[in-house]
Amino acid sequence: MNVETFIQHALNSLTLGSLYALIAIGYTMVYGILRLINFAHSEIFMLGAYFVFWGVTLLALPWPLAIALSIAFTAGVGIMVDKVAYRPLRDAPRISALISSIGVSFFLQNVAIVFFQAIPRAVYRPEWMEQPFILGNVRILPITLFVPVLSVVLMLGLLYIVYRTKTGLGMRAISKDIETSYLMGVPVNRVIAITFGIGSALAAASGIMWALRYPQLQPIMGTIPGFKAFIAAVFGGIGSIHGAVVGGVILGFIEIMTVAFFPDLAGYRDAFAFVLLIVVLMIKPTGLFGARVEDKV
Amino acid sequence: MKRIIALCMAMVFAFAGLAWSADDTVRIGVFLPLTGQNAFGGQLELEGVQLANKEVNTVLGKKVEIVTVDNKSDKVEAANAVKRLIEKDKVQAIIGTYGSSLAMAGGEVSEKAGIPQVGTSCTNPLVTAGKKYIFRVCFIDPLQGAGAATYAYKTLGLKKAAMLVDVANDYSVGLSNFFKKSFTKMGGQVVSTLNYQSGDQDFTAQLSKIISEKPDVLFIPSYFAEGAIIMKQAKELGATFKIMGGDAMDNPEITKIGGKAVEGFVQTTFPYDPSMKDMNATAKKFTEEWKRTFLSKEPNVNAALGYDAYMIIIDAIKRAGKAEPEAITKALAETKGFMGVTGSTTINETHDAVKPIGLIEIKDGKKVYVGEVAPEL
Repeated sequence: MNVETFIQHALNSLTLGSLYALIAIGYTMVYGILRLINFAHSEIFMLGAYFVFWGVTLLALPWPLAIALSIAFTAGVGIMVDKVAYRPLRDAPRISALISSIGVSFFLQNVAIVFFQAIPRAVYRPEWMEQPFILGNVRILPITLFVPVLSVVLMLGLLYIVYRTKTGLGMRAISKDIETSYLMGVPVNRVIAITFGIGSALAAASGIMWALRYPQLQPIMGTIPGFKAFIAAVFGGIGSIHGAVVGGVILGFIEIMTVAFFPDLAGYRDAFAFVLLIVVLMIKPTGLFGARVEDKV
Repeated sequence: MKRIIALCMAMVFAFAGLAWSADDTVRIGVFLPLTGQNAFGGQLELEGVQLANKEVNTVLGKKVEIVTVDNKSDKVEAANAVKRLIEKDKVQAIIGTYGSSLAMAGGEVSEKAGIPQVGTSCTNPLVTAGKKYIFRVCFIDPLQGAGAATYAYKTLGLKKAAMLVDVANDYSVGLSNFFKKSFTKMGGQVVSTLNYQSGDQDFTAQLSKIISEKPDVLFIPSYFAEGAIIMKQAKELGATFKIMGGDAMDNPEITKIGGKAVEGFVQTTFPYDPSMKDMNATAKKFTEEWKRTFLSKEPNVNAALGYDAYMIIIDAIKRAGKAEPEAITKALAETKGFMGVTGSTTINETHDAVKPIGLIEIKDGKKVYVGEVAPEL
């Protein structure tokens, strides 16, 4: 393999990895606070992507407005999901909420199949997104540079919210002990709703980025990226925001480099992601940055 | 024990057969992927079947009713769908399906129950292999893979090929094997074969590797949803080689999703396309009727195969003189020179359709029928 091909592979890894990271941040956030693995995250991701492209194609909105509306809408859906499917189960054993989230996931997916139809839809990208920068034989798409930056910015923004604001304080309190937080006057349900809102907004952002990178919309588009992001979150230490970013990027590198160095195994690269999950769970169940689960948000 | 059960089953179905003949409707079951990853093909085929049913809705003085079940692009669901059509809906014949893996799963059930099944676009040889009740209106993969290889090597003069194969899909694996066999036999060289799995959306790793091998042509026996994305990513990574594919790439949406990236793409297909110049009378009628019914939607070969599958069953019932599974099966096996939308169809001894292989190229954002090829196996 020559240097140029390697650099191309590395850039491909970075794009894929930071897309995983973007999805993983949303996953890990909800987990950090509620200890709930929100499997419906993948479907929220899908809805976010559909909303924005509807805005652009059907309503002919300018991109920034369509993206803003989609994120707001998706956040609303996330809050609704929490209200309908998780809040009634707050005092139930944790497994009930987990099962409920799987149910929500299937429900949203099937609703999408009914309303959007199962046919893959084309995504129209702005002209400049289609033009790669060319350096020798290496091609860099604008999104390759944009997504990692966005991931880091969102990560910093979230860390700010969690550690520097009052709502963040509430989130951290709830993550430690939900009952005591009630007693101490933390508006638990409101803080959790905000958490879901932010988590879903992040899912929408990642859905939009994903659709811009892989320009096709399908009701089942969230499933595989969702699983991968979940693995990334566990790998980075579920509940840890910077862990999700690092986990996502590493997972992207593992996937692409597997194909680059062992081309015969290209068809089984998903298996590597899952092997990674199993190994991490066996050796260090808390993941890279998940040493003390209690403190994580 | 097994034999006794089989005997009981046979008797049950024999009596059931009597019950059917007393009925004054002919029920034809349809199992197609209407949801899931193959939904786009399944829906077009269903619309083809419905169009045919609208045109001919009686046979031997009986009303023809179509019963549709979604197989959800899932092998287990496909078997369940056929089971339901036979046991609950008591159909006399079955149409389906798009997707060889699905057809194989559904075919087993049909074969055991002795209900004839006519496949639409399931092209893997195993679908009809050793089966008495399973037929199809499409040709098989060896012909298609070899057809693509022949066109690439002989007509276009391309000597170095690469392949990107979906390992989770029997159709894709089959087609790539036959492409490779034919291409190397003619003197060409397959420089790299890389894999992916259905549902993948990132092909950059495989494509970067393939681009570094500098092939003249890339063969992608993919389904349309992945194929369009593969081409888009290939162009973004600077690929300049020719890209070719099989009939599963045939979808009117391809230019919408693929944009400029699909320009110059060549695929093998069944000899029908709305852009064809010398259409036969049936194809002409079908195209006009389709355009009247679905105003903004172009017909494609899947729709045509759905239409043909229905018509071939009706033709068999007419020749058999009764709508009874055993008689339909016998008549289907004897189909010769049936004139459908996809040209003249003769069912051969392995129950596959014998018809020429067509080629479509995308030029200036439009699908153009460029002619036919005689594959070198």
